[in-house]
Amino acid sequence: MENFLYLLPEVFLFVVATILLILGLFIKNIRLINNLSIISLLIGLILIINQPYQSIFDNSYVIDEFSTVFKSMILIGSIASLMMFISSKEDLHIDFYEFPILIIFATLGMMVMVSSNDLLSMFIGLELQSLSLYVLAALNRNSLLSSEAGIKYFILGALSSGLLLFGISYIYGFSGNTNFNLIAVNYDTESLGLLLGIVFVSAGLAFKISAVPFHMWTPDVYQGAPTPITGFFALAPKVAAMGLLVRFLLNSFGEIYLDWQQIIFFISIASMAFAAFAAIAQKNIKRLMAYSSIGHIGFALIGVACVSSEGLRSLVIYLMIYLIMNIAAFSFILSLKRNDAYFENISDMSGMYKNHPFSTILIALLMFSLAGIPPLAGFFGKFYIFVAAIESNMTFLAVIGIIASVISAFYYLRIVKIIYFDEPKDEFDGFSIRSLNILFYTSSFLIIAFFIYPVPVLSVAEYAVRSFF
Amino acid sequence: MTISLLTFYLFSAVILLSSLMVISAKNPVHSVLFLILSFLNAAGIFVILHAEFLAMILIIVYVGAVAVLFLFVVMMLDIKSSISKENILQYMPIGLLVGLVFIAELVIVLINTKLDLTSIQILSNPMSNFVGQSNTEAIGSVLYTNYILYFQLSGIILLVAMIGSIVLTLREREGVKRQIISEQLDRRGKIDLVDVKSGEGIDV
Repeated sequence: MENFLYLLPEVFLFVVATILLILGLFIKNIRLINNLSIISLLIGLILIINQPYQSIFDNSYVIDEFSTVFKSMILIGSIASLMMFISSKEDLHIDFYEFPILIIFATLGMMVMVSSNDLLSMFIGLELQSLSLYVLAALNRNSLLSSEAGIKYFILGALSSGLLLFGISYIYGFSGNTNFNLIAVNYDTESLGLLLGIVFVSAGLAFKISAVPFHMWTPDVYQGAPTPITGFFALAPKVAAMGLLVRFLLNSFGEIYLDWQQIIFFISIASMAFAAFAAIAQKNIKRLMAYSSIGHIGFALIGVACVSSEGLRSLVIYLMIYLIMNIAAFSFILSLKRNDAYFENISDMSGMYKNHPFSTILIALLMFSLAGIPPLAGFFGKFYIFVAAIESNMTFLAVIGIIASVISAFYYLRIVKIIYFDEPKDEFDGFSIRSLNILFYTSSFLIIAFFIYPVPVLSVAEYAVRSFF
Repeated sequence: MTISLLTFYLFSAVILLSSLMVISAKNPVHSVLFLILSFLNAAGIFVILHAEFLAMILIIVYVGAVAVLFLFVVMMLDIKSSISKENILQYMPIGLLVGLVFIAELVIVLINTKLDLTSIQILSNPMSNFVGQSNTEAIGSVLYTNYILYFQLSGIILLVAMIGSIVLTLREREGVKRQIISEQLDRRGKIDLVDVKSGEGIDV
């Protein structure tokens, strides 16, 4: 029973979600439910930060520095997407009060994922997260694209769960344990069966972080799902699955890292290269963001491949900056609104500079940051990653990363060119929505201010790594 | 030993064949029936493994509830059962290639691995903590203690599944006349009681 006291944030969020679920039935005020959800997520964030470090339930659920940092990132992502939701719910036909509740349940699943130290809790957390996300993707029932996104995500997600379970069965069969630490003690280094298990579990997790070659669902789902949900997809689940991947690989197979390092090499290089070229031809900004997130995951995976404390530290820094940049990007996409209709094509943004001079400066800076141009935050994310790669004697990874980064600069800068130099169109009225403005200006400020005062981010990353090295 | 081995191969062979039939049968109802057959045989394998409780649960839950539900759904939907041959042929080569690579991998693993795993203690004697207890007792003694977290989280997953299916399918239609008994029986404010003088009548 006292174990549940250590689970206070998780239990709190679950209780709040069920109470809000019942409350929403009687109070037909979606805005109120949404605000209550944001407040409870904020309380959850405080509870997480104050959570005592502990391994509970036979060491299958670990609360440590790493999980605390990742959970905080996940909650910030969830809060951001709830703020995006409130600005757009009517126009996108997603005014269901279940939206914030499903987001809380998905957040709960992700919290279980980053804390799990056992194959069972890993799988259950993953399923809780995915199941909520499948529903969210298909939430706009009037849109064929949204239904398509839901079905595609569901079928490919089920496939990836199948791969994951197959891998788990091999790992369990060849080590006799489901706990990560016990697997590390018990496996038989001679057996190829274990390696097959690692391959399949990594493939299943690569689906969730949408790394190439398991990325096929990403562009369609990102385009089809309503924009606040696309934002959520880009923010929280990637961070959670990345945390899970790191804990799974390092805790159970940290000793035999040479065996799985090449898998990470391959998916990292493939993601960076593929995203750099595939995004060039995109016309829809959400599709472009999908490819952009595939590319960013490729860069972040370099940090995993390093298997060093610098690598992990740079991964955490990268994910934090990625989170902030995506909050800015999606609140900007949601601002592209004119007469209750949303615009998603890149060509719709032409000449925006004329009507929104101040916002477009920030958008241009955001694009520079996504492309990794100094002195913005995105540059430093990549910088730390490449430094870590070079320190681990993997210069070729850094070189490929820099080449991919240069190529991908093309499509980010193309947006800047369209905004500044093409024929102007009518004014967008979405730039006056308060909740979006809060998100957009705060995250833009953080992107610009990072190089002046990077210490908080660096020290948090340093702190998170303490669980492993 | 040999009898259990023989039954194992029998059950596994039937599972493989019936799973193949699930995806290749032309009539979707037949597919579901083959699915039930493979569930039953999987339950048989559980019995060989001395996991009687799981075997019974598999039959009750999967055959009794899930598969019957599938059967209802398949019969309710008007699914055209004709899948064009061309479509199958189009994806056949790549499917076969992936399948062959996969089988080759598994064979390599099987050849290069010593399958004698007695060195790992828990695999050689998996039920060492539960000597003399029945299956049901053993599961019951850990499910609500050591595995309570998983148990509760699975419950949350089911709750999310329920919320999801309702959100995605419930539509509130306007103009539907529902039966609301209390309103229909309520006479307050809807009828007037009038004293009618004899021979005069009332204005309606």
